[in-house]
Amino acid sequence: MRGFLLNRLSQSLVLLVIVSIIGFGILNLLPGGPLAQFGLDPGMTQQDIERLKGLLGLDRPIWIQYLDWAWRLVRGDWGHSFRDGAPVLEVIGSHLFATLLLMGSSTVIAISIGAWIGIRGATRRYSLFDYLATVGAMVALSVPTFWFGLVGIYVFSLKLGWLPAGNMSEIGDGSILGYLHHLILPSIVLSLVHVAIWSRYMRTATLDAISQDFVKTARAKGLSERRILMKHVVGNALLPMITLAGMQLPSVLTGALVTETVFTWPGMGRLFLDSLGYSDYPVVMGLLMFSAILVLLGNLIADIVVAIVDPRIRLA
Amino acid sequence: MVASIQAVAPHDVALSVRDLTVNLPQGMERTHAVKNISFDLKRGQILCIIGESGSGKSVTANAIMGLLPKVIRLSSGVIQLEGMNIIGMSPDKLRNLRGRVVSMIFQDPLSALNPLMTVGAQIDEVMAAHGFGTPQACRNRAIELLTEVGLPDPELMYHQYPFRLSGGQRQRVMIAMALALEPTVLIADEPTTALDVTTQAQILQLIRDIQRRKGMSVMFITHDFGVVAEIADSVVVMEKGHVVEQGSAEQVLKSPKHPYTQRLIAAVPHLTGEDRSRPEAASKEPILKVEGLVKTYRGGSALFGAQRTVTAVNEVSFELAPGRTLGVVGESGSGKSSLGRLLIKLLDSDGGGILFEGCDIAKLSEAKFRPLRPRIQMIFQDPFASLNPRSTVGHIMTVGPMAHGMPYVQARDEARALLAHVGLDAGAFGRYPHEFSGGQRQRIGIARALMFKPKLLIADEAVSALDVSIQAQILQLLDQIQRETGVSMVFITHDLRVASQICDEIAVMQKGRIVERGPPSQIFLNPQAAYTRQLVAAIPGERPGNARPVAANA
Repeated sequence: MRGFLLNRLSQSLVLLVIVSIIGFGILNLLPGGPLAQFGLDPGMTQQDIERLKGLLGLDRPIWIQYLDWAWRLVRGDWGHSFRDGAPVLEVIGSHLFATLLLMGSSTVIAISIGAWIGIRGATRRYSLFDYLATVGAMVALSVPTFWFGLVGIYVFSLKLGWLPAGNMSEIGDGSILGYLHHLILPSIVLSLVHVAIWSRYMRTATLDAISQDFVKTARAKGLSERRILMKHVVGNALLPMITLAGMQLPSVLTGALVTETVFTWPGMGRLFLDSLGYSDYPVVMGLLMFSAILVLLGNLIADIVVAIVDPRIRLA
Repeated sequence: MVASIQAVAPHDVALSVRDLTVNLPQGMERTHAVKNISFDLKRGQILCIIGESGSGKSVTANAIMGLLPKVIRLSSGVIQLEGMNIIGMSPDKLRNLRGRVVSMIFQDPLSALNPLMTVGAQIDEVMAAHGFGTPQACRNRAIELLTEVGLPDPELMYHQYPFRLSGGQRQRVMIAMALALEPTVLIADEPTTALDVTTQAQILQLIRDIQRRKGMSVMFITHDFGVVAEIADSVVVMEKGHVVEQGSAEQVLKSPKHPYTQRLIAAVPHLTGEDRSRPEAASKEPILKVEGLVKTYRGGSALFGAQRTVTAVNEVSFELAPGRTLGVVGESGSGKSSLGRLLIKLLDSDGGGILFEGCDIAKLSEAKFRPLRPRIQMIFQDPFASLNPRSTVGHIMTVGPMAHGMPYVQARDEARALLAHVGLDAGAFGRYPHEFSGGQRQRIGIARALMFKPKLLIADEAVSALDVSIQAQILQLLDQIQRETGVSMVFITHDLRVASQICDEIAVMQKGRIVERGPPSQIFLNPQAAYTRQLVAAIPGERPGNARPVAANA
């Protein structure tokens, strides 16, 4: 187990370095560079731009810029935003809560409801419920999220007036109730597609487990259907789901671009989009590294959880 | 072994099946899985139900357990268990009988246990489901059972997960589980088919012992007459959903009445103990000479942690004369399949040489070996998985030779001729593999290999997935082809009876080494190595030195 962890950690570090080089390279190869927008500004002379370049260290060779950036990153200094000079980690931190709230709640909804639908569909395969779930999942998967978002806003905010149309809270209102009120619509819209995905995966995994020989053994032992399902089927069906949940982790924290935009939710997805628009390279690179770390961390956690749950790996 | 023939009072019968008919869903090849079958399982006896695949024997077992899939319906008949008719019983009542009055063990012990639960928890569960008593009582009983089925260190075994156990040990756990509540009837559905021959012998012995000790009634499903001869008191023979013959074991085995039973018994491969007679002595150079061949598998991480190495093939040496067959026999994990893959260079060897027609192919690069590939061909075990379902038979047969430069017209004509030669009609050329039965597919596999006019055929368990009657036909075909073309063969099998039929020489492998090599007469009648003696003694239904006439080649 320790060897396995060390192995995975060292692989992850190598991957992070590669991701950072590619990310940094692509960003700096883009035409224009971070200061291109000032070229159109009549108030800025070429000299001003050169001076700014020197100030920001952009006149050095790219590999020196990279090493400098990477070295600071390792020491915990992720740089400062070009836009307002705020430290990148602080910028990310200020958007993290909003995303965590939205994605966390929608993921909990998605996993629990999706798993329930999937298990029920698999145990009653080809029943009316199963057909409806299948059709529903197809619809949720094919219709773009923003459409659900807009319809939701139209019906529940404009027509019925039950729910706010956007933002995370009213200005000046920091109450939990206020947050929850704003959370309902976006988290449901966002979870629609995830419920669909999870229910399909869970259905397949459950069907796989049901067709295993040990389920037949359990029946031959005279166990009740309920116990067979809970003790023998679900446990084995959830194993592959752990890996999926691990892959879900990064998107929980890096946000949902479309939904956050539709609901003007101040989360990480919008931060990324805005930062790209402003050529705010330190923030973009920070977000890139942040999500890369999360991807690796998510997979690592999933592997560890699987190893803990599955005796074949735990004890091998 | 002697079955009582006198009339039986009902209370002597533990399980009685009368006029049982089970329908198959529409669109299957038959309308009935079983039709109007009747038989009795007497108290304290072992009843073997024997038949080939598709005979309906497993459906019968599942019907008795009340475990038929929903699409398959019981249409009529009576199944009396302990005087109760279980047909039409409510699911709850049936569930209450399962595991308590009638229990079942299955074919594949590797998949029949839940990998996430300990052995002990799985045995406890069956007792808990039927209200056996306190958890402590269940635990004590489980350990008692583990002791009874002969597992080492039962206390420790109780806390083990199944993956730590060998196939034979897992089957013992299954038996312990089935015995937990002392059922009246034990149904065993091919419980030894997936096991090695020595393990099979132990499990058969265990079932026999327990049955005697407890006076249990056992319904034993098998396709192997050797197993029947070993343990049956009485026998039911099934063919395509009908009972064609039943009677005492002695009666059915010694003087079968129905032609199907006669055919089936005749097709059973027996140890011949006789060497194959060959007109011409092998004076020529050996076509294949293997010297000190080694293959080591490495597992685990290369950077961190301990590396595990398994030597699958260890210093193996042998020679094969042109036109002769070498049998490689051994149990699972003996390295026989790895050896086959090394010979055809599907695996790279770690040491030693393979001299094929005097040229060492072990060290050749893939590019250099490629021109030689056509001359060494392989016949695979699973005729269902080894043919691409999306390609026509014609494509499967011609694609290889064409890749080696044969023009299409010639390839097509040769393929048609070969199909006819292996006993298929020429129309097979344009059809897809799924349109053929297992035996026919194996014929296609053989024809495909022959397209290259190989000098050496490697047959890896080529008949193991086939029913005995089909097995006999394929063995005969291989024999005929060898006589006609003079091809040499390496025949890899776990079944010593099969090996004894087709091989000029047999190599017995154990843990990667050849422990004994010699003609069948030596291996089966006068084995030198202790392991060979053990293997031969474990063959079900055979008494060494008492070879029966070979009916398969008739």
